[in-house]
Amino acid sequence: MPSETAAPRRTALDALHRAFGATMTDFAGWDMPLRYGSERDEHLAVRTRAGLFDLSHMGEITLTGPQAGQALDHALVGNLSALKPGRARYTMICDERGGILDDLIVYRLAEQEYMVVANASNAQVVLDALTERAAGFEAEVRDDRENYALIAVQGPASPAILKSVTDADLDGLKYYAGLPGTVAGVEALIARTGYTGEDGFELFVAPADAEKLWQALTEAGAEAGLVPCGLSCRDTLRLEAGMPLYGHELTTATTPFDAGLGRVVKFDKPGDFVGRAALEAAAERAADAPPRKLVGLVAAGRRVPRAGYPVVETATGTVIGEVTSGAPSPTLGKPIAIAYVDAAHAAPGTAGVAVDIRGSHEAYEVVALPFYKRER
Amino acid sequence: MSNPQHLRYTKEHEWLSATDENGVATVGITEFAATALGDVVYAQLPAVGDTVTAGETCGELESTKSVSDLYAPVTGEVVEANQDVVDDPSLVNSAPFEGGWLFKVKITDEPAELLTADAYTDFAG
Repeated sequence: MPSETAAPRRTALDALHRAFGATMTDFAGWDMPLRYGSERDEHLAVRTRAGLFDLSHMGEITLTGPQAGQALDHALVGNLSALKPGRARYTMICDERGGILDDLIVYRLAEQEYMVVANASNAQVVLDALTERAAGFEAEVRDDRENYALIAVQGPASPAILKSVTDADLDGLKYYAGLPGTVAGVEALIARTGYTGEDGFELFVAPADAEKLWQALTEAGAEAGLVPCGLSCRDTLRLEAGMPLYGHELTTATTPFDAGLGRVVKFDKPGDFVGRAALEAAAERAADAPPRKLVGLVAAGRRVPRAGYPVVETATGTVIGEVTSGAPSPTLGKPIAIAYVDAAHAAPGTAGVAVDIRGSHEAYEVVALPFYKRER
Repeated sequence: MSNPQHLRYTKEHEWLSATDENGVATVGITEFAATALGDVVYAQLPAVGDTVTAGETCGELESTKSVSDLYAPVTGEVVEANQDVVDDPSLVNSAPFEGGWLFKVKITDEPAELLTADAYTDFAG
């Protein structure tokens, strides 16, 4: 551990994690649970029953004021002024060159109030950019990182578990919507969002209430088989669901179009926005002559691809891409990866593709993302 | 977690049993190492007949988050690899000192610095 870095920050649930015997890991400057027991068991619990996550490292930033929506339209690639109060949107913040600074979920809490949720590793960058870009608008940007703990309950049993501890109208709460409510006696923003590919909820609460809520959900979910889950299974869950992770699939060197997520860029919204010109060029390039495409890879064998490993053409050994995320998939029972691959080799079913795993070329099949889609 | 007294250990977190009448010892990784790795999903073990050299890599263990080299604790010839672990790598997590053993080696040379259980426990913390 490098001695020059500051001590990692601890969430409001830190004592509970340690009492549970969690293996902790440093993640973006936070000491977070990596796993409590078997990460595979935690993964499968979320796919089949329910899992409970501490996501308090995520960065909340609030915008208020009569022009909060316009400020976000200018600062982000999405059309947030058109978002209805109570709804949420997946979007991105880009630099002038169209490079992705972060991917975000934005909740419109009220007519003049939005909450932006940034990745922990980028929260300061996003806060600084929003503050700068909102200047000139009648909008105030507030750093709310210290004011929220975030607990997620994810998995097919999560609606029933949450219903047992809240009177909020969960049946009326659509995917990518949020409403204020009381959960186990705690005031919460209840959002139907997640990063697992399952139905589930994210609960934003005051840090002082986090332990009470965590314990209430643990009790309420015991019969349904809810287990506490660490960041390790969160990563394999999102990977199976084909969801990008900042720093892996998304970087400042990639545009939303490179990542196959051009749909989040709304050129038809009113007013100019940061990165527009560069993103228009990126959209054309992606349509006419994409250099590389983001694809799924499924292993024929058992060796696991990791971020940064080269993707090669089996016949020639020529490098045709690079793995951005890879892991053994608990659901598929074999290793999977997301990779940027030259367009000529990116069609699902393309044969003769391998991943260079520490010098050995292991056969992989190109597939469409996601690897896993839940039945609705 | 406790490290069995009858085994000896390396700083690479392998254990080595006492030799049998043929000079063959069993090798595995410690519970400390298995816990640090997380769920082991793939084990590449040395093949029967391979010569392994003390302190050098002789295989690898893959877990969800990482891949780790397997180091030979002693020099010698591999006489058996644990097919049960190849078929079900989770044995390394569930029974690291027993059913999750990795390979058996006929020892021709062993380094002086193998650790006792107490010394290893102090080392691994």
